[in-house]
Amino acid sequence: MGEHADASLAERIGTGAGVLLSVLDLEKRYGPGCEACLELTGPQRSTNICPRCRSVIALRGVSFDLREGEILGIVGESGSGKSTLVQCIYFDQDVSHGEIRVNGQNGGCDVTGLPRSEKRRLRSRLMGMVYQNPMQGLRLDITSGANVAEKLLEADVFHFARIRERATGLLARTEIPAAFVDRLPRTLSGGMQQRIQIAKALANNPPLVLLDEVTSGLDVSVQARVLDLVRELQRELGMSMIVVSHDMGVIRLLADRTVVMKDGGIVEQGLTDQILEDPQHPYTQLLVHSTL
Amino acid sequence: MTLEELLPGSGGFRYNFAFLDEGAKREVRRALLKAVALPGHQVPFASPELPIARGWGTGGLQITMSLIGPNDVLKIIDQGCDGSVNAVNLRKLLVATTGVRTTFDSREATILQSRHRLPEIPLKPHQVAVLQVPLPEPLRLVEPSEIATRRMHAEGDYARMWVSLYEDVIQNGAISLTAGYPCRVNNTYIMSPSPLPRWDLPLLNGAEHLTLLGAGREKRVYAVPPCTSVQPLEFEDLPFTVESFAGMSCARCGSSGTFLDEIYDEKTGLSSRVCSDSGFCVLVREGAIQPRRPTHG
Amino acid sequence: MGYVAVQGGITAIESSEKLNRYLRLRGTSAPLGVAQIMEQMGPLVDRVMGEGGLYSAFHAALAIKQACGDPIEASFLLRAYRSTLRRLVDTLPVRTGEMRILRRISSAFKTIPGGQVLGSTSDYEQRILDFSLADETEEAQREAVNSFESQLEGAGQALQPAAFRAVIDMLRDQGLVPPVPPESTQEPTDITQESPTFPMHRSGRLQMLARAETGGVLALAYSSMRGYGMVHPTVAELRVGRVRVQIPHPWRKGAAVTLGSAVLTEVQIVASMEKAAEDVKPTFSLGYGSCFGHNEVKAISAAVLDRAMRSASLGAPAEDQEFVLMHTDGVESSGFCSHFKLPHYVTFQADLDRLRAMRGANE
Repeated sequence: MGEHADASLAERIGTGAGVLLSVLDLEKRYGPGCEACLELTGPQRSTNICPRCRSVIALRGVSFDLREGEILGIVGESGSGKSTLVQCIYFDQDVSHGEIRVNGQNGGCDVTGLPRSEKRRLRSRLMGMVYQNPMQGLRLDITSGANVAEKLLEADVFHFARIRERATGLLARTEIPAAFVDRLPRTLSGGMQQRIQIAKALANNPPLVLLDEVTSGLDVSVQARVLDLVRELQRELGMSMIVVSHDMGVIRLLADRTVVMKDGGIVEQGLTDQILEDPQHPYTQLLVHSTL
Repeated sequence: MTLEELLPGSGGFRYNFAFLDEGAKREVRRALLKAVALPGHQVPFASPELPIARGWGTGGLQITMSLIGPNDVLKIIDQGCDGSVNAVNLRKLLVATTGVRTTFDSREATILQSRHRLPEIPLKPHQVAVLQVPLPEPLRLVEPSEIATRRMHAEGDYARMWVSLYEDVIQNGAISLTAGYPCRVNNTYIMSPSPLPRWDLPLLNGAEHLTLLGAGREKRVYAVPPCTSVQPLEFEDLPFTVESFAGMSCARCGSSGTFLDEIYDEKTGLSSRVCSDSGFCVLVREGAIQPRRPTHG
Repeated sequence: MGYVAVQGGITAIESSEKLNRYLRLRGTSAPLGVAQIMEQMGPLVDRVMGEGGLYSAFHAALAIKQACGDPIEASFLLRAYRSTLRRLVDTLPVRTGEMRILRRISSAFKTIPGGQVLGSTSDYEQRILDFSLADETEEAQREAVNSFESQLEGAGQALQPAAFRAVIDMLRDQGLVPPVPPESTQEPTDITQESPTFPMHRSGRLQMLARAETGGVLALAYSSMRGYGMVHPTVAELRVGRVRVQIPHPWRKGAAVTLGSAVLTEVQIVASMEKAAEDVKPTFSLGYGSCFGHNEVKAISAAVLDRAMRSASLGAPAEDQEFVLMHTDGVESSGFCSHFKLPHYVTFQADLDRLRAMRGANE
């Protein structure tokens, strides 16, 4: 990772920056549920499907803190619950149990029970999200510029010139050529669509940006550019990030701390360096050693 | 015109005062009370069929029928004109079933039912405007599904509406919406003001009178109570404008500050302009009021 | 000017009404008798009763006469008339299981309990224009009626079963179709007393289909049959016949009073297999359609749409209940369609103003 990275890491974490987000004992269940669900599923049972009632326990007992300016990596394979986790944080899904506390908002109270209109407002000011599939994060029937504008309008910015300036500025920053600002995203490449999503996520200067498998499905050379962009933007703007990936390489490149998930639960968490050099849990060891 | 002349053969059949039975009227009034309590919010109502076709003013008609009493004075206009066939037809039915006095002078009316225009002379607190609405849902512009638009109103999630306005400006240099321009009512709900021209929207904002809007086919009523803000959606730096009649005036009464119809002479084919509000125009020509000079537009 | 314009408008409308009447009556033929329409145009009368939502052959025939045969216009007249009538009481649910069968077929099985009854149908008639109908005399009429009735006397009396067991019930006994859903026994909604909200209770959906316009329902069902949603129906049973219309006895508890009877068409289709839950065995899925009078195309189409609207996918228009139910009411759709003929010159003026401004700005 290098000295430079160590120094900035210390700045971000070692100096005791405040906690932005706390996730406490989060649980997400699909299906009717029964008393045996938690007992019969999880990393030790190597399944997230309850054999008795067929419910899917996508998340179980997930807890962690995210500090201001920190990049947290969430690594795991399909079925680990990592995408479900960010969807719950972004209010795309409701949790079955547990709390999400956002500090500075509601004095650090649990936001999972807020009415939908409140969640929507909170989300537009607090978070940006980049989905793995651009079709989820972008509206393909409106221009790239309009996609970014939508976030600003959600946050009650109603000044056209300002919206236009910010949208074109962000798209320029994410290396979208000016000619494409008024083009529909469906006419653009996968890499460009991801960059539009990034610009959109940054629209309201959110303190937290969530990235869910942003580079999966992109060509390798394109991946590198997108990851570089993400890293640069984080250094420049200093927001917290949660980076979800099945690819240890991506986690190593971006994340200060890492959480390892399996079958809905966290099996290990700690500084990325330490996890990579000295993985404790057998599953983490498997992941680290199978990294090419 | 008697009921027998209006509906030959109805003979022994007795229609209730104002056609609707009292139960139906009460249902409409209950819906209207709810609408007044929640400015701009669309309230569903049963809206049974009437002898007038759907899409031809049954919503406005049911509101008028539910409110009108024997001492009311009624004015009905369509496109601003008392003589328009739609207005004539509705007036026939209401007069035949109520016997109320009618007027062409908007100042005399206690109930004013209108399709697509407000009168040029602002209404007073004791007058009620009833507007006929074809499509009550302003978000239909961006979303065809009723389930989705109900949620959007409930959550105050109007971003998609605003995005379409943004795209409009990108494409056309300005918001190119015309009649039925979406408005924010009481800083809460976005509402369609019925297909009024932009010209009439400043009249709705903070009006002294009650405005009730009825969509019979879509089965919704909504309301703008007196002294309520009605703000056309606009970007801060691109203010809302009304239609321009600069340099034009009414060929009949000389007013240059009213909404003007463009007409083509039947014989000569030449075009000229006349006041859309025919009642207003008549009053100027009779000398009862002064011709209007431009105040906006 | 105001008064003159108004007079002008009234005169035009009244002249138009007089013209309509003149056009209808100026020919050489005698005025149509309402009885003629009732007796000799049964399918049209049934269709109008169904779409008007009022079971009365006389009023439907009268509306048809007034509308000069236009079914949507006639349905509109009937619906408007219905709105003026006072509702007195709700009937007891009609028991189609006890229907006096006029026609009853099943495509699912070759033979069924109670038998297949072809009844009166044009399904197998050769569609060859019959020119002899142009000169049908009253004498020929008497002849045809007498000869048929005398044939009946000669034939033995084959007793109709008291009740024809529903094919669906047979399949249900074998577990091949799902059990009767609990919402079937709940109080139904009443679409004439409430405005529709979506998602709509099934009883409301079936009501809306029951008085929907035949062509509209057919078009959407056809789309589903052809592939936009893929409902491949098998007609488990189609019944046309008379059912007793009863109300609860005013004072004798538990008893009923029969008011009369009505002809209904009822269709139940069986469609693709489905599984209600993981560990439950699969069954066929069902669709139900019924309407006033004898109208098979509508009932079959309604049953197909009932099934389509319960699909999970929502990809095809026929599967979207909002799309189907908001666009198949003939009175509403034709009214809105026609309203575009009303003056729109103020809204158009607003459009002209905008376009001219944009063109001025661009030039």
